[in-house]
Order: sequence, then C-alpha cells, then structure tokens
Amino acid sequence: MPELRTEGLVHVYPGSGVRALDGVDLRFDPGERVAVVGQNGSGKSTLVRHLNGLLRPTEGRVLVDGSDARGMRVAELARRVGVVFQDPDRQIFAGSVLDEVRFGPRNLGRSAAELREAVKEALDLTGLTGLESRNPYDLGGSRRKLLALASVLAMRTPVLVLDEPTTGQDRAGIARVRSVMEGASAAGRTVIAVTHDMEFVAELFGRVVVMRSGRIILDGSPSQAFDAARRDLLRSTNLEAPLAARVAARVGVEAVTEADLVSALATAARPPQRPPQ
Amino acid sequence: MTLTLAAIGYRYAGSGEPALLDVDLELRGGEVIGLVGASESGKTTLCLVASGLAPRAIGGLLRGRIAIDGEDVDSWPMHRLSQHVGIGFQSPATQLSQVTATVFEEVAFGPVNFALPRDEVAARTWDALSTVGITDLAERDPRRLSGGQQQLLAIAGLLALGPAHLVLDEPTAQLDPEGTRLVTDALARLAEGGTAILVAEQKTDVLAALASRIAVLDHGRLVMAGPSDEVLGDRRLTELGVTPPAVVRLRQAAAAAGIGAGLLAEALIDA
Repeated sequence: MPELRTEGLVHVYPGSGVRALDGVDLRFDPGERVAVVGQNGSGKSTLVRHLNGLLRPTEGRVLVDGSDARGMRVAELARRVGVVFQDPDRQIFAGSVLDEVRFGPRNLGRSAAELREAVKEALDLTGLTGLESRNPYDLGGSRRKLLALASVLAMRTPVLVLDEPTTGQDRAGIARVRSVMEGASAAGRTVIAVTHDMEFVAELFGRVVVMRSGRIILDGSPSQAFDAARRDLLRSTNLEAPLAARVAARVGVEAVTEADLVSALATAARPPQRPPQ
Repeated sequence: MTLTLAAIGYRYAGSGEPALLDVDLELRGGEVIGLVGASESGKTTLCLVASGLAPRAIGGLLRGRIAIDGEDVDSWPMHRLSQHVGIGFQSPATQLSQVTATVFEEVAFGPVNFALPRDEVAARTWDALSTVGITDLAERDPRRLSGGQQQLLAIAGLLALGPAHLVLDEPTAQLDPEGTRLVTDALARLAEGGTAILVAEQKTDVLAALASRIAVLDHGRLVMAGPSDEVLGDRRLTELGVTPPAVVRLRQAAAAAGIGAGLLAEALIDA
C-alpha cells in the first residue's frame, strides 16, 4: 500500500496569475481517512486533480510511494489513485451499468476472473446489483453518483479520492457511501474526501485538512478543527462546525457528533449514584 | 399567482411504472414549499411536471390538471409557460447556454430571445443579477465561475424572464455553505417579493429556515404535507428516507436519552 505525498505543491492555472495551490505539503498514509474542507475556490478540487495526475505542478511535486508522479504514465497513476468526481455525468459514458463499471478494471489489464470479481464487489457495495443492464441515464441522480463510485471501486486502487460524495445523496445513499468508505479503510486503502458536509466529517473522519486560498490552514482531528477556540479560523473559510459540536461547546462537554453529545449530556444529567447501603 | 397541481399522475415514455401518482399541490405567491423524499421518490419528476417540461420536452404521459391562477395550462406552449414558471436544476454548468461570453449576456439571453426592448432587457438583467448578488461578476466568463457562482447565474437567468413561480430541483446540492447561503437568501427575498417557490432539497436544514410548507413524496405519492415545523419534526420522516434537520435530530435523540428539553433548548439558541 503506497503513501501519497505532496511537497511544496503550487498550481497556477494558465493565464490566471492566481496561485490556486500555494505551497501544499501533505502526507496521506494507508488506511487513513482524511477530509479536505474549505470554501469553493480554496484549492480543494485543484489538489484532487494533482493527486491523480490530471494537472501538473507549477512548482513542487506529488510523490506516490516515493516516486515523482510526473514521471508516471497516466495509466500507472490510475492504478494507484482512483478519483470519483462530484458530478457523475462528467465521468459516466458507457451504455450500460455493467460496461461502465467494467471499463476501468478492464483497461488495467485484469484477468477475466479478477475483472468479474472486482465488478461484482463494486456493484454489491454500491447497491447497484441487479441494475447491470440498465442505461446509466435512466438511473436517478443519486444512483448515477453511486455508479461513478462503483466504477472507481472496481479498479481497486490503494488510494480512493472522493469529491463531495454526499451531495445529491439521500439518507440511504449517504449510509452506503459511508459503509463503502469504512470498508475501504478497513482494507488498508487511503480514503480522501473533499466535502462541505461537516456532519459527515465529524461522523466519519479521523483527520481534517482545512484549506483557504490554496494553503493548508489546519490539519488535525475533527475535535481540533471543530474546537470552539478555532471557530474564527473555520469561519474564515465560510465553514461552521456541526450543530452538535457547537452545542457541546456551549454546554461544556466534549463531543463533535450527535451520538457523542447525547451520551455526554446523558452522563452529565444523571443524578450522582448513592453508595450501596 | 397560484400554481395548482390536481390529481397529477405521470409516466415516463417507455416506462411501465408511473413516477407520480395522484399528487395534489397548490403553490401560492410568496410561499416556499420544500419538496423532500428519498432518491427516486419523484421529486425531480414533480419539478419537471410542475414546470411543464414533462411532457412538453421529454414526452411521457401526464394525467390530472395543472393550472395557473385557475387557467388550465395544458395547451400553453413551453415559451409561454416559461414566463410563468422557471425551472432550475442541480448541476450549475449544464444550465448555461454555452454561447455567451459574459455573465451579463448569459442572463440577458432569455429576455433577448423574447425580443424585449433593449432597456427592458438591461433592466431585467441588472435586476436579476442584483437579486442573487452577483452584479460584480457581470463581465466574467460564465464558464470560469465556481459551481456556486454558476448556480446563482442560472437562477438569475430564470428570474430575468420574470416568472411568478420558480421550481428548483436541489439548487444548493453542489454548493458550499457560502453559496448555499447566497442562494437561500436570494430565494427568501424572492418569496418576500411575492414569488412562489417550489424547491426540492435533500438538506432539510436548509428548508427548516426557508420553507413555509413541506411536502413529502414516497414512491411517487404525496404522503405528507403541512407547515414546515410540523412535517420536519415528524418522526415518520426517517422511515421515508429523509434525514430531519440537525436541530430536530438532536432534540429527538436528547428526549430519547431522557435529557430535559430545557438544557438543550438554551444551548441550541446560543449555538
């Protein structure tokens, strides 16, 4: 399982003069689940495009397992880093669900048996089993998004990058995305998600990277990111800690998720136990 | 200023199953109705039907009656209907005309096509840009805006046609919190000005602040409708595949854990 690293990564889009990334040093380890947050234009999407070689650094470099990604062919990088984009319609092109999911792993030259197994697993995980012959465009938006996820899962890349995986997903869809991500990290894969959904961050991630104007302004745990003392830092990039974390800070208990808050409150509210007679 | 949907049923072309069944909904001027429901419960279909795109643009079989201020719109062509009901979608980029060079031209595109006088076009365009708060982007290239800015632009484009009703299918789904706030603020202002808005949305937190009424779809049927507070606080919402707003979830979880409402209520107000 590889380690993914950026060193002094700078990106300037041609003609813009703006440093969309302005010296980003990050290291992602196997099995780690990392949320990258920040407002639109903070550099999150640009960062994602560097992780799978869609963009070339203006300065600095991306290292996969210690080797400079610049020297790797796109196919080589695609074998290691799978990216699921926010808008599935920019990704989906095949005429059937099955063809869409088969496309990636087939291009990686997997054997027929491996291919079948990888496709089956990806469809199962995303709840699309049984829809193999359907045209992707006959599926609703949330299922199309799960299909885009399935087609990347089927490539079984050691690194999985998801851009806004919860948008357009209903309650069941979010639960599915969540279990896919948990399964991937349990299998030792690196999971990186760009998201605006702070509740999702609090519930699911061990590490939060906060970006603003192309720079990392915070890299720590959700408790650190959502600490009331750092409220202004988060707000400087137009983000707000989840309600549960804000209430917890107000009441003076430690919690970032609703479940933690409720159990902390329940403990605090319980009358002191009398010693046994 | 009332859009009436009566006993609406709809079946997509080539589909054996109806996507909507017996839906009754009245959208009045100045109100925001939030449309919620699990994926594939019929939210997008209802938006397409309410705006007239289904069946006019995509075919299919429509039953029931759609009326604006009591007048049946069945025979109205799309260009007439679009001046009364504007429809916006989730993905900002796909709503752009792709033929204009500036944000101003993009918003003016609609009014120009209706052959309105020059002054009228300019007035409507500036008005629409300012309503969604993007006058400062007027000279920018639409294709080079962020997703959030493009969504505001798409809504401005609808507004420039002066519709009394807006139908929006998850307009904030792809926006960051700031973009979401901009859009919801703009929608609130529009409703205050008398526009009737039907907005499908997964984020009930957004609706809790914006919508006066909530309608819940399940397998193509309208299964619940009522004042926002009542419906969003209804315990059946979760079973219908809808996540209640964070405030409601916290209150319910606290109540279930036997925590007094008072403690939480105070903290919620401050938080």
